[in-house]
Amino acid sequence: MKIHEYQAKSLMAQYGIPVPKGGVASTPEEARQIAASLGGRAVVKAQVHAGGRGKAGGVKLTNTPEEAAQVAASLIGRNLVTHQTGPEGVPIRKVLVEEVQPIVKELYLSITIDAAARGPVIIASEAGGMEIEEVAARTPEKIIRIAPNPTVGLFPYQARKIAYALGLRGDQVRDGAALLTNLWKLFYEKDLSLIEINPLAIVGEGRIVALDGKINIEDDADFRHKDLMTLRDPEQEDPLERMANDSGIAYVRLDGDIGCVVNGAGLAMATMDMVSLVGAKPANFLDVGGGAEEEKVKRAFTILLDDPRVKKVLINVFGGILRCDILARGVVAACKEKGVHPPIIARLQGTNKEEGRQVFRDSGLKVTLIETLHDAAAMLR
Amino acid sequence: MSILVDRNTRVVVQGLTGREGGYHALRCREFGTQIVAGVTPGRGGTLWQEDNKTPVYNTMEQAVKETGANTSLIFVPSPGAADAIVEAADSGVKLIICITEGIPVLDMVKVDAYLKGKNVTLLGPNCPGAISPGEKCKVGIMPGNIHLPGRVGVVSRSGTLTYEAVNQLTELGIGQSSCVGIGGDSIRGLSHTNVLEMFNNDPGTDAVVMIGEIGGTSEQEAAAYIKKNFKKPVAFLIVGQSAPPGRRMGHAGAIITGRSATAEAKVEALKDAGAKHIPTPADIGLVMQQLLKARKTVAVSAPKVAARPAAKAPAARAAARPTAKVAAKPTAKKPAAKKPVAKAAVKKATALRGRIAARPAARAVAKKAPARRATPSRRPATRSGRRR
Repeated sequence: MKIHEYQAKSLMAQYGIPVPKGGVASTPEEARQIAASLGGRAVVKAQVHAGGRGKAGGVKLTNTPEEAAQVAASLIGRNLVTHQTGPEGVPIRKVLVEEVQPIVKELYLSITIDAAARGPVIIASEAGGMEIEEVAARTPEKIIRIAPNPTVGLFPYQARKIAYALGLRGDQVRDGAALLTNLWKLFYEKDLSLIEINPLAIVGEGRIVALDGKINIEDDADFRHKDLMTLRDPEQEDPLERMANDSGIAYVRLDGDIGCVVNGAGLAMATMDMVSLVGAKPANFLDVGGGAEEEKVKRAFTILLDDPRVKKVLINVFGGILRCDILARGVVAACKEKGVHPPIIARLQGTNKEEGRQVFRDSGLKVTLIETLHDAAAMLR
Repeated sequence: MSILVDRNTRVVVQGLTGREGGYHALRCREFGTQIVAGVTPGRGGTLWQEDNKTPVYNTMEQAVKETGANTSLIFVPSPGAADAIVEAADSGVKLIICITEGIPVLDMVKVDAYLKGKNVTLLGPNCPGAISPGEKCKVGIMPGNIHLPGRVGVVSRSGTLTYEAVNQLTELGIGQSSCVGIGGDSIRGLSHTNVLEMFNNDPGTDAVVMIGEIGGTSEQEAAAYIKKNFKKPVAFLIVGQSAPPGRRMGHAGAIITGRSATAEAKVEALKDAGAKHIPTPADIGLVMQQLLKARKTVAVSAPKVAARPAAKAPAARAAARPTAKVAAKPTAKKPAAKKPVAKAAVKKATALRGRIAARPAARAVAKKAPARRATPSRRPATRSGRRR
């Protein structure tokens, strides 16, 4: 789960990580007041779940509280389109108004799970302010990776090692190491899947401040972090993805026009690949899940019916725990409820395959029943 | 022959008294698996409600001591699953198969570190389990009826895609030694490479189908191993080539986070290692069939060496000739195997009948298979016919 920068910074502040002074505003008037309390000059930052805000005009320097209010007015309520969003962008509802920092140097710091290291790794770089993938590609020697022992945790010497490698000197080493220790603690205690501070800045006379903050919370740990779940902002999600998410359906919207309904993530990817291989484009990834019941299948199919780009639907189900007849009933129920539906190609295999096919035959819907993946490809060509 | 699970596998189910655990334990037993105990804290001293026979214990330690279980199958819900794995590891079982999906990744990081150096193997989590059809042992949630005893190994990160692969093999009369789902999470027990090592050492496995997907570098590690040490033919499929970067495709581990996590990078590495690329998910069975044919040709050109073991081991001969005759062989054995099953689960007779009914169907298709195999040139005609 993604959260906003202002929420991430508030979490970091709770763990003693220095962040700029400021506050979040939902109206131009609030932005004006915060800017005034900061002494006039401020940075106004659009709060959206997407990177690339600066280049897209979502981050602006302002010299007076009035200017801060104007910028806030120009941002709040509109959609921000960045290279990470779709063409429609994501809505700006809030702006973060912060004090302006005299930046001396920009660094990079993140913690994420690395499967190869079998645990969280700390990634740091002297080259901050750029996308880390770019740094990794161009100047890999500028990237430091440390994988602390996952049960024992981060040792002070490891934190110091990173601090020295980042070029910190004197008291900064102590501050930097403390910041890392706190960040590690935050990552573990809140079950995060990503913390990224880019840039982590050395400002003024040498203080270290997290100028930006990105935090993703591990979805699977939601049961022990009910408080963090309130930070979710459904408005930032694609409406169809939100619907799927709320129903426990794994769904990712793509840009094609062939809707895909599959059980199992691997088979769902395989189905998307089949669609692509014949030159068509999948409209989505969708895994209804192993033990899906009729109601859940119906909701999953309704999401596809609600996607105006879907021109054809390919159902590919290998019945195991999920019975083919249950799947078919869910699909038929969704179509009957909507009244209209695009042509459906259905390939049912495994448990209760024949019963499922019969449900489709009896439904009166436009369903073409096929046997194999080869047939599916042929139908889409 | 097989890997991981066989006739001697004695399974304790953690979460046997739950809905999922109970359902799947029954399906495993129907297949022939020895389900010897269940563990549900607080239910110790009772008998499993499904058969009024299988003992349920409070702790894994007791279950293993009393029943000699050597394998644990875990259905415990995700908040308690990591604890269940550790309890199993400390109980003395040699193999832990964790089906549970959605275990917090930091829990798995801890478990993984804890298991290091212990004499126990973890398969999963978020996996379908393992099955050895010839050994009549299924420890997992895969539909048993699509499997056919034979000599091809299957290893995959997926559940239903593995069933798809197995089904394609079975329809062509190609049986399986063992099929292993390693799971879709980023931190998991056995890797592709670990399972390949087992297949390499298994005299009952002649060739392997390996299925990978986007995310992580497990497939590249497998490629390095195949290049250096693997002695048997491998056909591989990598899914997720149409997935956008940065988005999670259902599995927690299926996310493109850089060049090495892409399908292309994995395909390249495995091709370079000499493995045979399966170009589309529809061709899993066909590519394996070709590999086995090529292998047979080699075997024939070295007559004495190849002929002798073939004569001694009918199973080996079976794999070398994937024909209707081979497909028919296990059928003849089946009824005998089913007797105890029918006795054990009279209540579930309906489900059982479904399974029995499904078998001849699979066979029938298998017989038709040669015709379909020859279709590449005919396929366009079929297609246009169908389209109308």
